[in-house]
Amino acid sequence: MASDPIHQFEIHSIVPIAKIGGVEIHFTNSALFMVITVAITALLLLGTTGSRRLVPTRMQSLAEMSYEFVANTLRNTAGEEGMKFFPLVFSLFMFILVLNVMGIIPYTFTVTSHIIITVALALLVFFTVIVYGFWKNGLRFFKLFVPSGIPIYILPLVTFIEVLSFLSRPVSHSVRLFANMLAGHITLKVFGGFVTMLGALGFLGWLGAVLPLGLTVALTALELLVAFLQAYVFAILTCIYLNDAIHPGH
Amino acid sequence: MDPQAAKMIGAGIACIGMGGAGVGVGTIFGHYLAAALRNPSAAQGQFGNLIFGFAVTEALGIFSLLIALLLLFAL
Repeated sequence: MASDPIHQFEIHSIVPIAKIGGVEIHFTNSALFMVITVAITALLLLGTTGSRRLVPTRMQSLAEMSYEFVANTLRNTAGEEGMKFFPLVFSLFMFILVLNVMGIIPYTFTVTSHIIITVALALLVFFTVIVYGFWKNGLRFFKLFVPSGIPIYILPLVTFIEVLSFLSRPVSHSVRLFANMLAGHITLKVFGGFVTMLGALGFLGWLGAVLPLGLTVALTALELLVAFLQAYVFAILTCIYLNDAIHPGH
Repeated sequence: MDPQAAKMIGAGIACIGMGGAGVGVGTIFGHYLAAALRNPSAAQGQFGNLIFGFAVTEALGIFSLLIALLLLFAL
């Protein structure tokens, strides 16, 4: 095998920080890329909106566009009441978007291709929905599981399915992002491996390697689309789940 | 049969379920496109619904992928 497609997902330590009991705490490459992401996002938003101009510069309009984009999504799905969750949704969207897009650059590390990260983010949303739903609606939050206008004899079945689908939300929410990033990056690496394997064969191999090389470029473009789409899907699902907490009952 | 081989075969079979998700996602985008070409002015307003339907449909394919991953790495 010319290159191991899984190797890119390895987490390794950069700076050991502490050792508490049997648990070692390290500053890993995963943590490094998360810090870089936060720095990029903060620079983009703070640096460009510090000197607000009436006619925005290119970077300022980028920051304004991302704000408007997330704000419109949230307003359309969760209503005006949902805007109090704008900081949460916007942070999640920008964090995942920048992590995904940065991961496409060769030799970088894709943080969102690790399920521990995406599960943490999805559980954060899941528990936010539960806590806020009960805090705002009390026991009326259970109306979420009992759709109105259903004949009484199939109501238990429908309620069971609603509960099951509610409980499987964090699973699908997290695995979707993780699986898309993992599968996309493995595909890129496998096609990249074809190029190097054929290229090692000599002149005839070079001719054969043109096709997988072109396909790798095309796949990278597709991955860019997936990176954006998955960040958007994560954000819009967060909005829809929050809408359930704000307005339970169908 | 060797348990390891059975796991591999089971993971492969589990991935067949993703074909169903492929059909579903194709149906959603196809119908969206057909409707958007009939009434382009209403298309932008339904983009959120499109993505939501896509995400919910894709979730079922993800569950079969999850079974495959569990068979390969967790069980």
